[in-house]
Amino acid sequence: MTVSLSDDQVLVAIRDLVFFHGERKIFDGVDLRFQKGKVTAIMGPSGTGKTTLLKLIGGQLRPHRGRILVDGCDVHRLRATELYELRKRMGMLFQSGALLTDLSVFENVAFPLREHTRLPEPVIRKLVLMKLHAVGLRGARDLMPSQLSGGMARRVALARAIALDPMMILYDEPFTGQDPISMGVLVKLIRDLNRELGLTSIVVSHDVKETLTIADYVYLISGGKVVGEGTPETIAHSDSPWIRQFVHGDADGPVPFHYPAPDYRADLMAAGLGGSR
Amino acid sequence: MMENPFQRLGRFTLEAMQKLGRANFFMAHVLLGSVDLLLRPRLLISQMFFVGVMSVLIVAVSGLFVGMVLGLQGYNVLSDFGAEQTLGVMVAASLVRELGPVVTALLFSGRAGSALTAEIGLMKTTEQLAGMEMMAVDPLRRVVAPRFFAGVASMPLLAALFSMVGVMGGYFVGVGLLGVDDGAFWSQMVAKIDFYDDIVNGVIKSAVFGVVVTWIAVYEGYDAVPTAEGVSRATTRSVVYSAFAVLGWDFVLTAMMFGDH
Ligand SMILES: Nc1ncnc2c1ncn2[C@@H]1O[C@H](COP(=O)(O)OP(=O)(O)OP(=O)(O)O)[C@@H](O)[C@H]1O
Ligand SMILES: [Mg+2]
Repeated sequence: MTVSLSDDQVLVAIRDLVFFHGERKIFDGVDLRFQKGKVTAIMGPSGTGKTTLLKLIGGQLRPHRGRILVDGCDVHRLRATELYELRKRMGMLFQSGALLTDLSVFENVAFPLREHTRLPEPVIRKLVLMKLHAVGLRGARDLMPSQLSGGMARRVALARAIALDPMMILYDEPFTGQDPISMGVLVKLIRDLNRELGLTSIVVSHDVKETLTIADYVYLISGGKVVGEGTPETIAHSDSPWIRQFVHGDADGPVPFHYPAPDYRADLMAAGLGGSR
Repeated sequence: MMENPFQRLGRFTLEAMQKLGRANFFMAHVLLGSVDLLLRPRLLISQMFFVGVMSVLIVAVSGLFVGMVLGLQGYNVLSDFGAEQTLGVMVAASLVRELGPVVTALLFSGRAGSALTAEIGLMKTTEQLAGMEMMAVDPLRRVVAPRFFAGVASMPLLAALFSMVGVMGGYFVGVGLLGVDDGAFWSQMVAKIDFYDDIVNGVIKSAVFGVVVTWIAVYEGYDAVPTAEGVSRATTRSVVYSAFAVLGWDFVLTAMMFGDH
């Protein structure tokens, strides 16, 4: 199922990644490759470490083993200034939006432009309005982040992530909290950004249907390992029990729904005997 | 897992030392980032407004009352010796050397320091700092450095304001209500208050307290555990540690400045 790619087609390569949050092993030898100019989706149950993976790619967390190469640079061996240069070419849409709460919607989108360019004010204004228009929020430019709904905040964050025209965007759950219409718009926007600007996109999501429509390639992660990968067609028609369960949303199957826990019965009985919480 | 008291002491000491080390790295980074502020003075100015100007009222009102109390207390003691003419000296010296810097620093930490800690802690909790990092903007330069320098620059000015209003309060009570001679009040003050010994030393104290209080405030915010409870604890720690640090440093500085008299 694995496609072999020559190195110049790969923008992000992750090799043998091992990462712990405290005692808990989040990744146990994961290999992933993200192709240039394509949309690659990462799917997996809640709590498997999808957000953690994006933070590792962005250099905010340090792997305990393995390497992460972005555009040929080992993210975790770069000096601080080089890492910042690399980040200017990466846009990241945070799961929480992470808008600056003391700046208006307009100023939030203008923020990266003001920080990294010396563009004159009229140009900044034009760019910001274009980006806001793309996400349907040009009219909301004067609102403060606290006046936005969750879905709107996510779209403003997206406008901000594309403000600097990055080479790659990391989307953490772009579809959660969107109504069917804005969901459709977002799906199209991600596709278009990708097609027209040649952006590389990494989309983290558990919305199976939407993700399979926009992705060129899909990785399924569970329990710290890649349990399935392939094009959307192969994923949709796969016989692998892992993939089938996730795609069809079955309660029973190999993908764990529960955070690791002791045996249910034993746990309940222990409480009766005055055991630990 | 049980620890014996020695283990606990050891762990506590190690943690304290680690925190101190991190705080020093943090400060070195902020100082390096200060170059940007020369290019973008507006960042500094807007923070001076929030940190400094918003503290003016509380500092002025407190200074007035402290000065009035000094006038009353000083008059009671001095008049026993028939030395009420020197009331102006006593009021001014207490304010400029001690109370101005110390009380202002304590007020400043409660008014501005706690707000800085909570603001930065909340920005961390809501991933705004992480978001900035991903936009290749260093939060230490963009968020922390302007706030730190605004605090450092504001403290001496606020302490000077405190002392000035305090002297007016002492004058009002001493000369206005208790009948100390107007001319003696001022002329004694002018004659006895030394520019270097009193005023310069007072300014040095307030500058040191400004660095200490603001450093603690921004560091506690930046180091806060990113939860509601974590920010609330950090804010409390910011005020408590500031109070200890100010009083401790006050003793050290006083011993260095006035110890050999
Ligand atoms: N700061 C942290 N300290 C300790 N553990 C953490 C921390 N952040 C996340 N974790 C743990 O790491 C695991 C992966 O978290 P992560 O946020 O990456 O999940 P996710 O796949 O993005 O989930 P979701 O789909 O719900 O967003 C979780 O089980 C969580 O308990
Ligand atoms: Mg997540």
